[in-house]
Amino acid sequence: MPTFVYMTRCDGCGHCVDICPSDIMHIDPKYRRAYNIEPSMCWECYSCVKACPQNAIDARGYADFAPLGHSVRVLREEKKGTISWKIKFRDGTEKDFVSPIRTTPWGSIKSPAEYEAPGGDSFSNQELAHEPEALKVDELPTLAPLRRETG
Amino acid sequence: MFTSNPFAELSATIPPIVMQTYVAVMVLLVVAGTVYDTLHKKSARYFFRNWRHASRTGTRRVGAGEMASLAARTVVVEGLMSGEFCNLRRRIAHLLTMYGFLAFVIATAVMVFRYPTPGTPAPAILPLLWYLGALLTCVGGYWFWFFIRVDVAAEGNSRFRVVYADLFILSLLASATSGLIWGYLQSAGNSWANPVFGLHILATTVLFGSVPWSKFAHMFYKPAAAFQKRVEEANGSRSNLPPPADRPETFGSARQQARHY
Repeated sequence: MPTFVYMTRCDGCGHCVDICPSDIMHIDPKYRRAYNIEPSMCWECYSCVKACPQNAIDARGYADFAPLGHSVRVLREEKKGTISWKIKFRDGTEKDFVSPIRTTPWGSIKSPAEYEAPGGDSFSNQELAHEPEALKVDELPTLAPLRRETG
Repeated sequence: MFTSNPFAELSATIPPIVMQTYVAVMVLLVVAGTVYDTLHKKSARYFFRNWRHASRTGTRRVGAGEMASLAARTVVVEGLMSGEFCNLRRRIAHLLTMYGFLAFVIATAVMVFRYPTPGTPAPAILPLLWYLGALLTCVGGYWFWFFIRVDVAAEGNSRFRVVYADLFILSLLASATSGLIWGYLQSAGNSWANPVFGLHILATTVLFGSVPWSKFAHMFYKPAAAFQKRVEEANGSRSNLPPPADRPETFGSARQQARHY
């Protein structure tokens, strides 16, 4: 079910180009609107569909198994921290779902650039960046350093 | 320089009737190009098909009064304030370019038709508007071209890579830039004024004559698409999109306590 773009809605902002994990959402050189350059490589992750601020991207079901007007549409609302899905079945049944996309207010998470840069001794540390404080624990168990056999 | 009518000075070498005919031909080219573009791309058919579909699938009927209100809001928000842009920089650049271009074109038409010779002196505001319009177009346009353009900002391509989609913005920038330079050179009595004027005419002809192949007609399509989007919101069809989440305190980040860890 590859994605496609409603050209009249797209304003060519490039959010989908930035977020596509397959690097298959690009800008058309003729119309400067986004398009899926390789539909067969799209794994329907819906990243671009959710990221599009104009709701201009949709996923198309293959004609051999999803005909008759079904649709899966999604609306992401940053300020509310919600993502809503509307599933329309082939028999006309509609179902709406709302889910949280985060538990903290939008814009409250620090970007990596806002953290202090790690020092050179971090290379010998077993913890990942911002551990353990980012995990909200005091301490993480660590393995004893290996001792080099000599003699 | 900023208060002298460049077309009045030009009338010494080009008769006013020639300038007026040229402006009229450009207007006709825009009209004909837009109509051809609409027929060729079937834009109007697509628009009305979507309109009928939205009316059929809507959950409520939008009355004439509400429709007029939606149209007015579309004109003010999307038309006059470029409200459809989610990126503030793009919005500002678009506003600069749009209002600059409008001032540039309107001042040109008024000066060419109403004050074409030194015998009919134009009010100082008109040449000022012409220069200011060209300048704003250049500021917004070059900002967009070098820094905001999605090919550069998202695709990571070179700022100097030119593609088909650049026909509109490049011819617009060439027209405004050459117009500014020509106005300056002519007021300074420089002999390069005529060649630069030739470039200005060439760029302007490409700008208005390439409507079927460029993005020029977006100024007619985009407001129509924005209006349709507002009507779809109002009648409940929403292009099949789900309704806005109504209980963020339960489902969204306004929740008091996270429960899914």
